Amino acid sequence: MKKNWLSYPYLLWMVLFVFFPLLLVFFYSITDRTGEGLRFTLAHFRRFMEPIYLKVLTRSVKLALISTVLCLMLGYPMAMILAGNHFKRKNIMIFLFVVPMWMNFLLRTYAWMTLLERKGLINTFLSWLGLNPLNLLYTEEAVVLGMVYNFLPFMVLPIYSVLSKIDKNLIEAAGDLGANQFTVFLKVILPLSLPGVVSGITMVFMPAVTTFVISRLLGGGQFTLIGNLIEQQFLYAGDWSFGSAISMVMMIVILLSTSVITKYEKENEGGGLW
Amino acid sequence: MVKKWPILLLITLVLTTVLTLSSCGQDNRVVLNVYNWGDYIDESVINEFEKKYNIRVNYDTFSTNEDMYVKVKSGGSNYDVLFPSDYTIERMVKEDMLLKLDYNNIPNAQYIEERFKHLDYDPQNEYSVPYMWGTVGIIYNKTMVHEPVTSWRILWDEKYSKQILMLDSQRDSIGVALKMLGYSMNTLNLEELEAAKQALIKQKPLVLAYVGDDVKDKMIAGEASLAVVWSGDAVYMKWENPDLEFALPEEASNLWFDAMVIPKSSKHQTEAETFINFMCDPEIAFKNADYIGYSSPHREVQKMIDPELLADPTAYPADAMLESYDIFHDLGEYLKVYDRIWTEIKAH
Amino acid sequence: MKLLKRCYAALIYLFLYAPILILIIFSFNASKSRANWSGFTLNWYFELFKDRQIMKALYNTVVIALLSSVMATIIGTAAAIGIHNMKKLKKKLVMNLTYIPVVNPDIVTGLSLMLLFVFTKFPLGLFSLLLAHITFNLPYVILSVLPKLKQLDKNLYEAALDLGASPLHAYHKVILPEIMPGIITGMLLAFTLSVDDFVISFFTTGSGVSTLSIIIYSMARRGINPKINALSTLLFLTVLLLLIIVNLRTSGNGANKKRSDLKW
Repeated sequence: MKKNWLSYPYLLWMVLFVFFPLLLVFFYSITDRTGEGLRFTLAHFRRFMEPIYLKVLTRSVKLALISTVLCLMLGYPMAMILAGNHFKRKNIMIFLFVVPMWMNFLLRTYAWMTLLERKGLINTFLSWLGLNPLNLLYTEEAVVLGMVYNFLPFMVLPIYSVLSKIDKNLIEAAGDLGANQFTVFLKVILPLSLPGVVSGITMVFMPAVTTFVISRLLGGGQFTLIGNLIEQQFLYAGDWSFGSAISMVMMIVILLSTSVITKYEKENEGGGLW
Repeated sequence: MVKKWPILLLITLVLTTVLTLSSCGQDNRVVLNVYNWGDYIDESVINEFEKKYNIRVNYDTFSTNEDMYVKVKSGGSNYDVLFPSDYTIERMVKEDMLLKLDYNNIPNAQYIEERFKHLDYDPQNEYSVPYMWGTVGIIYNKTMVHEPVTSWRILWDEKYSKQILMLDSQRDSIGVALKMLGYSMNTLNLEELEAAKQALIKQKPLVLAYVGDDVKDKMIAGEASLAVVWSGDAVYMKWENPDLEFALPEEASNLWFDAMVIPKSSKHQTEAETFINFMCDPEIAFKNADYIGYSSPHREVQKMIDPELLADPTAYPADAMLESYDIFHDLGEYLKVYDRIWTEIKAH
Repeated sequence: MKLLKRCYAALIYLFLYAPILILIIFSFNASKSRANWSGFTLNWYFELFKDRQIMKALYNTVVIALLSSVMATIIGTAAAIGIHNMKKLKKKLVMNLTYIPVVNPDIVTGLSLMLLFVFTKFPLGLFSLLLAHITFNLPYVILSVLPKLKQLDKNLYEAALDLGASPLHAYHKVILPEIMPGIITGMLLAFTLSVDDFVISFFTTGSGVSTLSIIIYSMARRGINPKINALSTLLFLTVLLLLIIVNLRTSGNGANKKRSDLKW
């Protein structure tokens, strides 16, 4: 079935609003504004190779990876439960899963601060139980928590949508053939849901690398992430060239790492279906 | 059912768009686009202005000078009145982005105190009319800090490890370190900046967090014992929690202004000047000062406000004190140096 | 086992709703600060309705979120079908282009779109805002729909054609219902992103057109006014009420219920 033309409006759209702006960013990243005008340079890329910037990059990738794994671990079971027959109104449950995200991000994050601070609700509860209060806020863990909280729906929803249509007969058949529940999961459900998992990972990992408000508020500004760095270049230092260079490098790093995931997925494509 | 609802939705959406587009063209009053900090005006004032002068006001808000600057600089917006801070005004003047004010249309500018005119960012007083002003100092919790707070050095005292909140702002935090070392907050001397950097790196383990506006809630809740804050916020914090006290360190500090200016993109200079004039009307200026709680540069307002507040050195410090204070200058190319230092501190 | 699953779900929902609860509680706080509870008040609700700016921003936010998510869903679903049928190399290229708005930090997307609009003399305002929102929503729709297409049984469509259905009809009757969960998921995510976006909106909107996010973020220097908490509480309750109404209506009709279950 040749339906390529269906994507033409989209391609046109992307060329206009993604490709052209991207060219602009690329142009900024390889030029320098001097007194006489523009000059070609790779200095911005070289500058990014300095240890302090690489340190920021590794930290961002690390935190985003941890958050993605946690989202997957928390989200997959949740998606399975939602897709199963445990609730009468699945669509309502799904809706309730995204509704919190419609409340403004800043308000939600501030609310987390109220929960996590030294004299916050969680610590009040702990001391009521007779336990020692914990230092929760302004730690890397708090940043990860913020990311997991904000990106969880982006993991659960795509997995759910794939799981919800898996042929029930298939699972029953596997069971009839003597597979136990775990084997059914491993051999039937998991491979079938893989495309959803890949989408989920992409939608969590990619934005998580470049987020900056979460680290500023829940991390107490102590954990500079790549997103903060880029924001600083554009708004405070007025160094658009360097800011563009950082985002170009970022883009390449992330696209390369996702191509690894998609490659794995391709090998499985179709393999799970009969 | 599944197939029908997108169509229904589309119809409603088309209707709403039509409605939006038509509602724009109904009004033939002059439209004034005003761009101010968020929550930085008594909103009833806008309605009063609209009624009095039959001008419609489009009121938008921004969160940092830098956001506003990029937006206005890009040329995509057509604002008529802006409320930037001192160093941003200096930068905009340098880059020829502002219109000279016609003071014949702003007679109420006479109420602005003389000492707040002809400041460094606008030496000829041609471009700006001050709106609010303040200082930067240390707020501390008297139940946790049992010594007099007189110097920035207390922020480096290991006794208060993980009890200190710094501002998550390059200019302010580097400025504090520079002042502590006895240098100017506007220094372009690389050795002085290096010393400030080392000081801040040394301080980092003692700092609980680098914060923004959340500093207010943190200090009120007693989550930390010392914090660097803007004076206007300190008044509010002291009022919410009487254990808090504000101190201006002996090494002097930063003096800041937010002022009203008209960008070159404005198509309604006269109306914009009318607006600025209206904001300087004693009654109106009082309403705003009362709502915001920051210090007003307006002579008449100072006669109207609560005498207790006027006597409070947090909000209205003695004149003599302010003489050695630095107003931020535009750093130009040196912004990159400051940014680099800040990144090194944060990434450390 | 069933109990365990229910408990797990309950815990996750608790995690999601705990901050929302806090946010609602503070909308009734007499003090402006989140640090002090100084008594119950409805004052912020009255203040809210007097605030013209917020009301207008609410309207803009809803209009933009609805329009952009619906349009992104339509363009994106079509695109996903097209992409699904592409050859390997071309598919890879298009997918990488698709990822770019997701990978790029908001500030880069926002500024580059702003420069594009300014450069082409496209007036900044509600319409440019809408274009920007559709742009960053599209990848999420595609990423939601594609997995469903991969799951699809290719024979289904061909069987429909063999039975004499026109290609359009076959799509409508066979493919669309199969990928519906993906489409709805994509639309929900797009709507969510659109409501929540600040940075891109800030740079692509013009004077006089604000969204709620822009207003809330701009309060960051002075502290967020509890009016916003009041607004969020009302929004939350409205959504909840709508859900209950929809729920009651569908459960009132047994046949309808079964059908909608299938469609999800």
